[in-house]
Amino acid sequence: MSTSQMTTPAIQVSDLHKYFGENEVLKGIDFHVDQSQVVCVIGPSGSGKSTLLRCVNRLEEPTSGKILVEGIDITDPETDLDAVRARIGMVFQQFNLFPHMSVLKNLCVAQQRVKKRSKDEAVEIARRNLAKVGLADRENSYPAQLSGGQQQRVAIARALSMNPDMMLFDEPTSALDPELVGDVLAVMRDLASEGMTMMVVTHEMGFAREVGDKLVFMDGGVIVEEGDPRQVLGDPQHHRTQAFLSKVL
Amino acid sequence: MTLKRATKRRLRDGAAYVALLAVIAIVVLTADRESISKNFLDWDTWKSLWPDIVLTAAKNTVKYTLISFAGGILLALVLALMRLSPLRLYRWLATGYIEFFRGLPALVVIIFMSFGVPLAFGWRPPGGLIGGGLLALIMVSGAYMAETLRAGIQAVPKGQREAAQSLGMGGFWTMVTVVLPQAIRIVIPPLTNEFILLVKDTSLLAFVGMQYNEVELTSFGQQNLISSADASPLLAVALVYLVISIPASQLVAFLERRQQKVAR
Repeated sequence: MSTSQMTTPAIQVSDLHKYFGENEVLKGIDFHVDQSQVVCVIGPSGSGKSTLLRCVNRLEEPTSGKILVEGIDITDPETDLDAVRARIGMVFQQFNLFPHMSVLKNLCVAQQRVKKRSKDEAVEIARRNLAKVGLADRENSYPAQLSGGQQQRVAIARALSMNPDMMLFDEPTSALDPELVGDVLAVMRDLASEGMTMMVVTHEMGFAREVGDKLVFMDGGVIVEEGDPRQVLGDPQHHRTQAFLSKVL
Repeated sequence: MTLKRATKRRLRDGAAYVALLAVIAIVVLTADRESISKNFLDWDTWKSLWPDIVLTAAKNTVKYTLISFAGGILLALVLALMRLSPLRLYRWLATGYIEFFRGLPALVVIIFMSFGVPLAFGWRPPGGLIGGGLLALIMVSGAYMAETLRAGIQAVPKGQREAAQSLGMGGFWTMVTVVLPQAIRIVIPPLTNEFILLVKDTSLLAFVGMQYNEVELTSFGQQNLISSADASPLLAVALVYLVISIPASQLVAFLERRQQKVAR
């Protein structure tokens, strides 16, 4: 296991600061995700966890600090941001499927425009990923015809169709009715078992405990505590972690 | 004496109808019917308008409307994107243009483009006077539609753009495949309204004067007004305008209803 793949972290964040106007939402974050690792980020709302995730593919512009994705500095203005983004799958809380396109088209458009795949190739890959999330029969549906859970699984399939090296999940189940959460988590669990590198901002403590390799607890723009999920959840060391977990568990 | 609420309402409604009928009766009774039929309903004049009123005049009105609308929407798209540009210079230029041309009467711009520009710059717009007038309509309608399009683009949820960007789609493809198709859908009803306004604004072209095969409805009416010495051509032209614009506004109403349904 001495390949450079294993030694370069998938995501390496150092001394990351982010201001929204006067408001400092990230106050010096140091953190990394290794290849094939599943890292879950938890914390109260306003703790900066979503902002941190969104900085990793620069949907938010970091104010200062460094973010390396597979060794490439994405804060460097010379970096081809679109090329980096094409290798980072992103799943949003609100799904953000394109409502004017069929499910199949949702999965194909970026493959054809960004990856320059032929239509046949894109369709084949799209169908494979739809089957993977259990929605092979819905390729001609439009997003509005699907339930929230189905839409989110389509969104995951859309991200996977770009063959990303890693996946970012921004509270993927928070907008779902409770009975639909399980299907989405099952898809994410499968992904993790296939060795996908994942960074997941979530409130699903069960998922973090069972699937996560590392748990990060954030509060007030800093990482308060991080470590093995069972350890952090079972025996939190910091009083802020204890206070938060006592409310959600 | 106290009346029931329903009785009161019935009395009030009845009074309104009586008042309306009275007004109609006064108009009908005081109108000089002989003069009206001579001036507006002269059968020979009406016959003489056919078929040019449709085959030339209405056709040209529709043609000029389509040209101005198509050109205006292209210009509007450029202006709208400039207004949303991160580059301040573009924003300023677009804002200046839009404010300038929304602040001027279309007729002034038409005269300027048809007569002023050839005089001042020695450059004649293609298509002669009409060409200059059409260019002016494009410039003015572009300014109006730019604001409509900008609003439509901004109404597309931010998450749509973020999703496209996160898939590695650059600014151009994000705009073309994700944002614009949704924005256009949002602005179809207001754009149809602009279209109806343009139908009527092509009448301003009558001011520049045109050859017989170029005439649109208003100048057609004017020319026939002079030759027939009665006002029947004006009434005929007015009816043709309504035949064009009322179905269009019905279309707007239909599109708005449909959009409300789609919007959930």
